[in-house]
Amino acid sequence: MFRFKSEGPGAVLLQLLALGSGAILLLILGFLIWETLPILRTISLDQFWRDPGWHPSEQSYNLTPMILGTLGVTVGAVSIATPLGILSAVFCQYYAPKGLAQIYRRLIELLAGIPSVVYGLWGLVVLVPLIAKVQPPGPSLLAGILILALMILPTIALVTDASLASIPPTYWQGSAALGLGTWATVQGVCLPAIRSGILTAIMLATARALGETMAVLMVCGNVVQVPNSIFAPVRTLTANIALEMAYALDLHRSALFASGLVLMLVVTGLVMFTDRWTDAPEV
Amino acid sequence: MSGRVIAGVFLGLSLGLQACSTLQASSSGNAPQKLVITGSSTVAPIASEIAKRYEAQNPQVRIDVQTGGSSRGIADVRQQVADIGMVSRAAKSEDQGLNFHTIAKDGVVVIVHRDNPIQRLTRQQITDIYTDQLNNWQDAGGKSQAITVVNKAEGRSTLEVFTQHFQLKSSQIKADVVIGDNEQGIKTVAGNPLAIGYVSVGAAKVNVEQGTPIKVLPLEGIQATAQTVRDGSFPLSRPLNLVTQGSLNPQQQKFIDFAQSSQVKDIVQEQSLVPVQE
Repeated sequence: MFRFKSEGPGAVLLQLLALGSGAILLLILGFLIWETLPILRTISLDQFWRDPGWHPSEQSYNLTPMILGTLGVTVGAVSIATPLGILSAVFCQYYAPKGLAQIYRRLIELLAGIPSVVYGLWGLVVLVPLIAKVQPPGPSLLAGILILALMILPTIALVTDASLASIPPTYWQGSAALGLGTWATVQGVCLPAIRSGILTAIMLATARALGETMAVLMVCGNVVQVPNSIFAPVRTLTANIALEMAYALDLHRSALFASGLVLMLVVTGLVMFTDRWTDAPEV
Repeated sequence: MSGRVIAGVFLGLSLGLQACSTLQASSSGNAPQKLVITGSSTVAPIASEIAKRYEAQNPQVRIDVQTGGSSRGIADVRQQVADIGMVSRAAKSEDQGLNFHTIAKDGVVVIVHRDNPIQRLTRQQITDIYTDQLNNWQDAGGKSQAITVVNKAEGRSTLEVFTQHFQLKSSQIKADVVIGDNEQGIKTVAGNPLAIGYVSVGAAKVNVEQGTPIKVLPLEGIQATAQTVRDGSFPLSRPLNLVTQGSLNPQQQKFIDFAQSSQVKDIVQEQSLVPVQE
């Protein structure tokens, strides 16, 4: 079935570990499917998008608004954080003086290390009241997008920064020989050269945004609805699980596992999609 | 070789899972020195405080308090994964075979922001606000601004107590914000001058004392005080219960007696809840 090169005990250990992590992933998937079975046996699949809404106590299980909510905050956050993150990395690598670049990098690493519950609390007591002044109610799609953008920006900035650092100096020499300036080189040579690195960064950031729970739970308002503006509250799949899992029994619980399964499939699809478009190793 | 490897990995994993499940089983009520209490997040703060004092008096006992809502408390007691459940409502017909031990009384109060000029709301007005038929403070005697309706998530007994009292179905409620626990609800209302929400009176009173900008509204003309909650004249009052199944073992009996005794009266009052003893 599998054919391994035999290279002594180290290789065997590695193979064991790799198999172990693969098996764990399959176990998780199996567990999710197993927990989802009761609801799949009871209701027909199209109820997940045909039911009048999400009211588990009244046997209606429409997941569509939450899938849209999840995609909404994620797409919004990624489209804000990507340009900012890439430009931060470019600034760090080519424009900032050495000392400043170091400090800036440390700051971004610090930003990456802040726990999400802290972001959420800050969002709840600072950002949400600000948005409420502009357009009530305050907790909204916009609040979620802004908080998530802040949270995934370090991921994009740091991965892009590392990719830029790995560009061979000969590129710069060639570009200088052609008489190109810094910005022309960055946008014409460097960024195209690390395209796969950038895509990997975006993928990691997107996966984090999709899976983020606590911060989103605190600032999005959690109303199950298809938002009609960026000031409307939304509920994401993750927030739904966090809000209701501890309180859910029987079919309700099973329906929550179904939404977890949907989330996992979305992330899997995302990883596969990125894999096809990059030659970067899987992260 | 590869087949063996895979078998080994699965064996290891299954052994790990086995270990987990035996751990679970050992905490399910037979061990005399450990009590597992799960359930309502409204009851959990007092239960934890009571448990701390109980542990101090009985050093050989360890009490583990976990939250997860009233329905979780009942399910855990039924499945015997918890010794005692916490339930923040009165017994219902489907709770047959369970024993309810009331340890305190609590009220559910409607709160608005402190800067909101509203002093009172009628029962009809609250119903209309929550079903989105009344969505401007002007129509309730306030400023001309949209109302932000804060509601509890499905499965919480505070939501159940609220909807039962106002005879609503949870699908009729059109909320602008859905929150999890009391604290999140209070922060949401405190951060939004146009919001209206409902929380446990205990959490609300503690926050008012700390200077959080919220205001507790009377219901049907009655203020939520210790007196009105205890005698049940405050319309939205509920018992906070510990729940057990079948006959009690000495350990459970001792803890429940302690939780209902006057030794913990000060703990209950500290949380702005009403003790069961006069």
